[in-house]
Formats: sequence, structure tokens, C-alpha cells
Amino acid sequence: MSTDLSRLPDGSHDPVSVGLDVPHESAALHVTGTALYTDDLVPRTHGVLHAHPVTSPHAHARVTDLRPEPAYGVPGVVRVLTGADVPGVNDAGVKHDEPLFPHEVMFHGHAVCWVLGETLEAARRGALAVEVDYEPLPSLVTVTEAIAADSYQGGRPTLARGDVESALADAAHVFSGRIDFAGQEHFYLETHCSLAHLDEAGQVFVQSSTQHPTETQEIVAHVLGLASHEVTVQCLRMGGGFGGKEMQPHGFAAVAALGARLTGRPVRVRLTRQQDMAMSGKRHGFDAQWRAGFDDSGRLVALDATLTSDGGWSLDLSEPVLARALCHVDNAYWIPHLRLHGRVARTHKTSQTAFRGFGGPQGMLVIEDVLGRCAPLLGLEPRELRRRNFYADGQETPYGQPVRHASRITAAWDQLVERADVAAREAEVAAFNAAHEHTKRGLALTPVKFGISFNFTAFNQAGALVHVYKDGSVLINHGGTEMGQGLHTKMLQVAATALGVPLDRVRLAPTRTDKVPNTSATAASSGADLNGAAIKHACEQVLARLRDVDAGRGLPWDELVRTAYFSRVPLWAAGFYATEGLHWDSTIMRGHPFKYFAYGVAAAEMEVDGFTGAYRTRRVDIVHDVGDSLSPLIDLGQIEGGFVQGAGWLTLEDLRWDASSGPGRGRLTTSSASTYKLPSFSEMPEVLHVSLLERAHEDGVVYGSKAVGEPPLMLAFSVREALRAACAAFAPAGRPVSVDLASPATPEAVFWALQQARGACTSEAEQARNEPSEAEQARNEPSEAEQARNEPSTKPPAPVVQGSPGLVPDQPPPDAPALHPTSEEVGEP
Amino acid sequence: MDGGPATAEGGVTISVNGRSLPLGDARPHTSALDWLRAQGLTGAKEGCAEGECGACAVLVARPDPHDAGTTRWTAVNACLVLAVALDGQEVVTAEGLGSPTPVERLHPVQHEMAVRGGSQCGYCTPGFVCSMAAEFYRPDRVPGEASDEVGPNGFDLHALSGNLCRCTGYRPIRDAAFALGSPDADDVLAARSDTPPPAPVGTRLTHPDGVFVRPRSLAEALELLVEHPDAVPVAGCTDHGVEVNLRGLRPSYVVALDRLPELRGLVVTDDVVELGAALTLTEIEARLSDTDAEVPLLSAVLPQFASRLIRNAATLGGNLGTASPIGDTAPALLALDATLVLVSVDGEREVPLASYFTGYRETLRKPGELIRAVRVPRPPAGLTGFHKIAKRRFDDISGVAVALALDVTGGVVTRARIGLGGVAATPLRALATEEALTGRHWDADTVAFAARVLADEGTPIDDQRASAAYRSAMLGQALPRLWHESRESR
Repeated sequence: MSTDLSRLPDGSHDPVSVGLDVPHESAALHVTGTALYTDDLVPRTHGVLHAHPVTSPHAHARVTDLRPEPAYGVPGVVRVLTGADVPGVNDAGVKHDEPLFPHEVMFHGHAVCWVLGETLEAARRGALAVEVDYEPLPSLVTVTEAIAADSYQGGRPTLARGDVESALADAAHVFSGRIDFAGQEHFYLETHCSLAHLDEAGQVFVQSSTQHPTETQEIVAHVLGLASHEVTVQCLRMGGGFGGKEMQPHGFAAVAALGARLTGRPVRVRLTRQQDMAMSGKRHGFDAQWRAGFDDSGRLVALDATLTSDGGWSLDLSEPVLARALCHVDNAYWIPHLRLHGRVARTHKTSQTAFRGFGGPQGMLVIEDVLGRCAPLLGLEPRELRRRNFYADGQETPYGQPVRHASRITAAWDQLVERADVAAREAEVAAFNAAHEHTKRGLALTPVKFGISFNFTAFNQAGALVHVYKDGSVLINHGGTEMGQGLHTKMLQVAATALGVPLDRVRLAPTRTDKVPNTSATAASSGADLNGAAIKHACEQVLARLRDVDAGRGLPWDELVRTAYFSRVPLWAAGFYATEGLHWDSTIMRGHPFKYFAYGVAAAEMEVDGFTGAYRTRRVDIVHDVGDSLSPLIDLGQIEGGFVQGAGWLTLEDLRWDASSGPGRGRLTTSSASTYKLPSFSEMPEVLHVSLLERAHEDGVVYGSKAVGEPPLMLAFSVREALRAACAAFAPAGRPVSVDLASPATPEAVFWALQQARGACTSEAEQARNEPSEAEQARNEPSEAEQARNEPSTKPPAPVVQGSPGLVPDQPPPDAPALHPTSEEVGEP
Repeated sequence: MDGGPATAEGGVTISVNGRSLPLGDARPHTSALDWLRAQGLTGAKEGCAEGECGACAVLVARPDPHDAGTTRWTAVNACLVLAVALDGQEVVTAEGLGSPTPVERLHPVQHEMAVRGGSQCGYCTPGFVCSMAAEFYRPDRVPGEASDEVGPNGFDLHALSGNLCRCTGYRPIRDAAFALGSPDADDVLAARSDTPPPAPVGTRLTHPDGVFVRPRSLAEALELLVEHPDAVPVAGCTDHGVEVNLRGLRPSYVVALDRLPELRGLVVTDDVVELGAALTLTEIEARLSDTDAEVPLLSAVLPQFASRLIRNAATLGGNLGTASPIGDTAPALLALDATLVLVSVDGEREVPLASYFTGYRETLRKPGELIRAVRVPRPPAGLTGFHKIAKRRFDDISGVAVALALDVTGGVVTRARIGLGGVAATPLRALATEEALTGRHWDADTVAFAARVLADEGTPIDDQRASAAYRSAMLGQALPRLWHESRESR
């Protein structure tokens, strides 16, 4: 079975669509502005009501009174939706910890109720008229505050192997450190949007920009007190998702559906950019404390770390994000003894959620930071230190899964060193740096190993429908959603290949819950693997029947299809796929959660201006493993786009919350495009070379391909490490210096880092302190002034401390709860 | 519809993709974007509603900056332009450039974007297509030597600096832009460029929500300001549109100034360069390049000011009228010793920019007064530097802006003017530093001494753009950087 899945059809006469460079299936619609997104349906729908939220001006408060009546005095206001209107369950989440209409507001911008108006302007004015009384309550805004207050939620998993304490005691070198790094706003260009109406039988039809139509359907049903078969959710396409539309759309869809149910009219909920940023969850920021031990040759012998994610006000996906983070702290490195604790801080912020990489990037950031900071202290070039620690074939991850194709890491690395002419360019960089006092360059390579599959085994299933019509044309449906990643393009290619028809004979219909039920989110990079296999399964059922009809005659497709119809042979099939060989026990954090690993290596060269900390990306080279590419143009787009998005997270994108004690406490101060900066053209690498890893066929996956959505994002650590290298070059006499670089590495953060390097004392004695000085401890504890500033500040991370015990990561209490075995599952645990 | 009926003299109509459409029930504050979408033209998207992302970009037929008798297809953010302000104008959207089927009906820009993987989710794409089309049609785009930011086809990448994409990482979009040829001989929009753009139309729209007036002359505008002391004068609406969209500003009376000929002059004499307050920044860039006048700091600011989409609408009058403490033109104009010509029904007066800013977003401009022009004395200082400190090189708002203009004669600083933005409630001159420099030898010691003085200027604060410490540090770096740059360039 698995070999069949990855093998191309026999017979050279069949057109083979997979592997062809084809543009996105909607490209012509995109460029002409005729591709429709959910909000584009509004002017095409009669009598739509518009919704506007009434939002909390407090980070945490009890709602003591809510008076909607004044809103009805505003011309055009039709209805105010409050908790009293909910016929079913007043909850927008799958954990039942997210009241849709809260009595206690848990973050600044939390919607208390929604106003429906004939126009958006009427709804907005109505929302201003609603009177709400609040009793402010104490709030926790930063993860540091939450740690100090012991404020956690959900399970506190530990991933461990070997004997960390003994290994650290015996290690030749022990270092410790801490880094508090920021999350990321998805900033899909299309904000959250849902449009709901009732059909003639009173069933609810919701068009939603959602990565998870099935769960949107379930939440709408439970809010309205309906069964799932009374609710249909359709997603035409999304203007970007990146994980931000995996869980977050449900509540907005439920508000639209509730409004439609109560008024009998179509209701549109579309967030403005400011609302979207202030109200919806983001990538988790983390605090990480670590101790790392190395042997004399620079090999990692032990890692002890505690990762605290900033979960925001409710759990959402924080537990599985944390689990994936812990499962990716190893990245591409063999760490024999290891103990990783994880916990989810509860803070009064948006409920942080999935974002491309799903904790993987945060886990990897920890080990890349450890290696980047320790290399100079070990007297090794970072490139050499990393390579020396790569997994070898036969080794297992800390959670007990063999690292299949581990040697591909070293192969890709060496390939890139050669292709990107790394050795010669390192010499050029050194020469440039010697000749330039105020401008320095840095060149760095980093690897990616990323596990593919949902950690939670049950989600690794998919369904599809394939219809062959009498004229030989083909229509396919599958459970995955299109958010720009090119899933639909790949699925068309898979269907055309499996059926042996030209690509233009296959069409794809929008994702709907009444076509393919019980789908998993389009997430975890798994869309093509799962849905592709399901489509192929459906196609093969039809093909098997057609083969019987053909009986060796070799009829052309159209004639064969017609003959089959008249022979009363069904020409459609439902396909299904469940990934084989997976098992995972989240209570002990062990198992075989991933079908395979995707690999990649990147080399980035950055140039830093010593006057300002501003930087440019001079050149980036990437070798990435997509298996046998289903669609090279699409895969290239995912690699490049993921890389730039990762670079944005690590450099420019700077989420700040008001952490002062003033009236704006808890407010996201970067809640707009003018204050939150995505990469623009100016951040594009001046030279960019991307190649796909050769001889990368992945057995057991659809046509030998590999998932590509998330892994390339983590190639961007090369940018961060190149910035670190450039900062280090500002050190006097060019001596190796351990650079503490904040994340995001904004120009300001880079300026402070290079200033630190400039002032670095080069004496070994100063570098290798055994105890953190008072000053350092003070830096670990944010000063009052820093507390008052927006969070996270651009203060550099605490400097690395050499020697044991140094900084010891927080250890969990004996009664710390494990992750629930079904912590990712939908519905009641 | 709520809010009651609108009335407009003669009826407002806008030509979109060659069809004349009535304004309908749009209000005075309805953006062109919302209006277009309500017409079913949903290609233009709202990504941010503040002119930062360009997903709403459309083309408008404007006078060519070099030759007002011809038309320049100009890309603007439809989210910031008021729909009513387009009365009598011609707009082209992504839908109007080409059609998806058959493939031959795609516009060349659309074709390149489609086949090169320039779209992924597709949401930003119509805006990119419009910005790219504007550059495609730019008459002075000529093939030549390529650089990082200019293609072999003469395509200036800065044309796309106001468009954000979250999916592609931009490389395929750059490839599409650099692969474009020239318009075909039968290209309709290229042919349209050879004829004059639509003339501005006097407009009055009265609605219970407010009144919009586009007067026909400066005199009429000034009279309106006397009759309606609370009237808000607008030009490119790049600030006004943000206030309307994000902060719910609904002024009862709006007077549009951007097409008034009296505010759109550019005059160069031996002593002064006079820049009309309602010229767009793009027009100033282009028209200055047609003269022999050098305005050094301004020429450094303009390419870094926001994005091409914004510069196609924004004016000096608007930038100085709103008196943002950051607005990048103010520090440069302060260092250039610029003056403002203020005009009212009582006549004109000229005030130094250095005394114009009186407080946070407050100025000595009186009710009823407008900025008619900005005067920059000639010749300019010999040694200048403009340092914009921001997160992003394109399309960002400064954390700090420093403009330096020094005259150095015989090795001695004879005159120093330094303008600062982002370090106080108003743009300001670094007077203590100017004094510390004046009369001293221009050498490393003076630079180090004066740098310490400059680092203490202003009253910088912590905000999301930069910390106070970083702002002060950047002030402290400005003179060493200028010193370094002046020696590098020798």
C-alpha cells in the first residue's frame, strides 16, 4: 500500500501532471481581481446586515452591567447580540474555556457583545452607544509576570531522555542562559470574515475564511444548539491563513450565524485590521531557560531547559503547540541527555494559537540560540559546531522516533556549502570586516529538521470525492482548504495523474462540509499528504472499475467513461486516507508521532550598519527537501515565502503590549499595519538561490513528495545567526565574542547587540564567569522602567553564564499535570 | 439606508474601467475602496485601511508631472481617497486591466504575475497588479543598466514599495516586474496617456453626515474656510483617510484643495525654490528633476518617504498641515531653513518653519489660513545628511529622523542647521548642537563633542517604534555618521 502511494502510474502514454511547473490554479483569477473571497460575496448578496463588536477597554475586568438599549436609538441598528441570545452553548472554543459573550473580559479588545446594522457605519455607531460597566481586576500582561505569579494553564509536559544531571556534572563545558522571545502576528492580508444565512429549511449556511471548516461547523452548531447536519460551512479560498484561521474563525462565524438565525437575514462579520490584530490569537512568544553541556570537541552531551509559552487568556492550541515545541528543541542535533519542561503561562492577552511551524520554530530557536551563543565560548566556528552535532543514521529523537534519512542533513549541508561557495565567501566577509569600521557582514548556516504529521494521531486522516461525468470531465472535492499554499493546484495534479487524464479535464470545487465531512484542519503542512492520498484512493477506485469495463481493449478515456456509464458502473468514489505507523502518548511525550522529517539548510549573509543597527540581506542560499516535488513552482513559492515570513518573525515583526500600570494596560500597541512591520520589498534578499534536495523521494507518501508548508519558515534562523555574526565582528581586535541578540532582532536590538560586542572585554576571565554578577541578575529581572515599557522590550537576553550550576532552569512541582492524552482533541476531553 | 439622502450639484459620476458610474448613496467620507466594492468591483481589497499594504491600489488618470497635457496612470490607495473626491475622474481597477479568460485577454502585467508564481493567496495581487501597471506605463521608464532596485527594463522596484505580500517573499513579483516589456501599439491605456487627463471638477456633496466641497479656486476655498471655521482642508487624504477609517473621524465639512492650480506651482529663482503645497511628493520629485535646482535634503527624503502609493497622493501642505511630530519632510525642511507661505482672505504671510510648530499637532496656522507654498532658500548648504531610522527600509515611519545641513568654509563650520523628528512633541531644530558646531573646525574632536550635545537634544520617549534610549543613541550617532560619510565620499 505505502509503496503504491508513492509510485507514479505505469505506462508512459499517461500524461503525468505531478512534477510539472504549473501556476496556481486560481492565478488568472487572482491577477484580474475576479477571485472571490468571503467578503467579496457581500455586495453579491441581498439584504446583508453588518456586525461590529463592543470591545473591552480593560485587560481583565468583570462585566457588571451591559445596556444595549441606547444602540437601538442609532439609525440603522437592527439588533444587539448578547449572551442572552445564545440558544446553545455560549462558547467559541473546543475546550469550553472561551465564552463567546463573556461576563469576565480577559484581554484588552475582548468582544462583549456585537451590534448588527444595515450598514457597517450604523453598526459601528451602535457599538459606540452600547453601555458597559466594568469592574477592573488584576491582570498579568507579560510572561515574566505570569511566571512570578505562578499563573499557568493546561498540562506541564516533560520530555526527557538519559541522565541530565550526571551528564552536566561530567561535561567539559557547561553554559546557561535565558531568552525571552516574541511571538508573531499572522497578518494574513485577508482579515477574519464570515457571512451566514439561512436556507429555506432554516439550515445555516456559513461562508467563512477558515482553515478548519469542520470545526467551524461544530462550533456554530453548538452555539446555536443544532446538530452538525443542520450547519454547512464553505470556504471558497482564504487570503492567507498561516495557522491563524485554524481555530480563531469559529467564534466570528458563530456570531454571524447567530445573527442570521435571530434576524432571518444574511449577516457579515468582517474584522478590520485593528480588530483582527487586537482580537485574534498569534504565534506564542516564549521564555526559555537553559543549561547546556558540551564535551571537549564541542559535542552536545546534555540539555536542561524549561520553556514557558505565553498562552494568553485561554488554552486554544497552546498545549499541542507546546508539545511540538518540545519535540523540536533538538532540531537537527543529537543530544544524548536531555530534560525539557514545558508550561503554558496564562496571561491577559489574546489566546495565542497555531502559526506556521506550530511551536516548532520556538523550540528550534532555543537550540539555535544555545549554539550561536556558545560557539565562541567553545572556541569553535558556529558552522563547525552545528555540523559536528548533526544526527547520524540510526539515532533517535528524544521522544523515541528513529530519525529516518538523518544523513540527508549532512548531505544537504555539504551540498549548500559547496553551491553557495561558503568557504570563499567567509574569507571575503572577513576581509570586508577588516576593511570597514562601521559596516560589518556576517554569514551563517542553519539546518532544519521538521516532523510531518499532526502530533495527535487521530487528525491524520482525510477524505475526498471524485466525480467523473459522462463526458469524461472530472470534478474533485477534498477536505483541505486553499489559503494560497497551492493545495488545490497540487490536488488537481494528483487527480489528473492518478486518472491519467490531462490537467485541464479536472476541476476542483470549493471546500464544503456537506461534501467531505469530519475533516481535519488544513494545517501541520499535511494538506497535500493527507488529501492527496485520499484523492488518489478515490481515483483508483474509479479506475479499477473502468479497467474492468475496458477489459484490455485500450479504449480512449472519453469512450471508456461513456461505455462504463451505459454498463451501469458508478463513476464516482469517495476516497479516504489514514496515515499509517503513527503513535503518540502525550502523557509521557513518547512515540512515533511523525510520518517523516522534512529537511532543509540555509545560508544567509547579512550586512549591518554600525551607526544604527540597520541591516540588509545580501544573499541567501537554500537547499530544501520536498521529496519528489508534486508542483515545483508551488513548492518554490512555499520555500521562499516561508523563509521571508520566518525572517520577519526573527527581525522586524515586533509585537508590543502596553505593560504599564496606566489606563491602556494590556492594549496591543502594535495593532495596525503602520506600527507592526511585515517584510516588504526592501527585506527581500538581494540574491536568492533556492534548490530542491536531489534524490529525495519519500517512500510511502503521495507520489514520493514531502510536505512543504511549514519547514522553510525555520530556514530563517540563518538570518538571525548571520546578524549575530555581524554584530560579533564589531568586537575589538576581532576576538570571538558571545553575542546576546534579542528576538526579534530589530535594528534597535541589533544596535544594542553590536554595542555590547564593541564594548566586549576580551579577557577570558571576564568572559568565563562562574556566577552571574549582580548586574546580570538584575538584567534577568526586568527593572521597573522596563516593566513600564511595552512588552517584549528589545533588551538583550541575559548573557550566557559559563560553568555549573550557573542559571538553573525552573523545575516543575511534583504535582505538575501532564498533558491530557487527548489534549489536542476537539470537544470534551 | 440610514442617514438620509445625499445631494450633489449636477450629480457625482466617476469613470471606472471606461464606464461612467454615479456615486449613488455614498457618503462624504466613503472611501473609493468601499464605493468600488459596493459597485461589485471587489478586486481591490481592504488589507489595512491606512495606506500601508496597497491591497486596495487602483489607477487614476492624473496629469503627467513632466507634461500636464498628457496623462499619467497613477496608482493610489483607494482606501484613503474619498470616493466623492474622484468626481469626473477616470479610474482603472485590476478588473479593468484584463480578463481571466481567454488567457490572451490578460494584461501583460497580469500575465507575468500569473505565470511566474507572483500570486499565492491572491489577496494582495490586484493591488500589486495596479502598482505594477502604473510603472509599466510610466513614459520615462526606459531599458538600461539593471541594479538591485531597477530592472533591465527600467522598472523601478520602488513603484511596488507600498504593496505588501505575506505569501511569496516578493522574488517572483520582482521577476514579473523585471520581465515586462513595453506597451503594445494598440494598448488602450497607453494611448489614453497621450491625451490630457480629466480636468478637476467643482463638487459639492451635502449629506446629513457632512459636506464635501471641491472649490474651483483658491479664493473660493478661502471664503469657505471663513464661512465654516470647523472645515477640514484636505489634499491627498493620506492622513485624513486614516483618521476617517481608523479613528472614526466624521468631519461635518471637508474642503478639497489638491487640485487647486494656485497651490500647485513650482518656481525656481536664484534665491529660492518655491514648492506648491498641493503638489504631490511624486510631482515634486519629478518636477525638481526638470529644473537645475538642487534641494539636497528633500531629494534624500522623498524616495524614503512612505511609499510610491502614498507619495502619489501626499503633499507638503498636508504633511506640514497635520504637524505630525515625525513627518519626515519637516526635519529636512527645518535643516533647509524653509519658510511657509500662509494665505487667507486677508492675504499672505511668510513664517519660518522653525517657529511654525507650537505643540503636539499644533501650529501657528490660524483658522481660515492655508499653506500655499513652501520656500527653500538657495543655495543649499554644502554638507548634508538625512538619516531616517526605521525598522524597514521601504515604506516605514521613522522612529527618529535627523536632517543635517552644514556650511564648512576653510575647514570651519560657518553655519549649521539640524532638523529632528521623532524626539519631541513637534519636529524641532537642534539649536544647542548647531551652536556647538558653529565656528569650530570640522574635525573628529568637534564631531565627538557636538555628538554628545546632539544626543541630549529633544525629549524622546519609549514607544512601539523605538525606545527613548535608542532614539538618543541615534541622535548621538548622526554627526559621526555624517563625518564618516563626508570622508568616504571624498
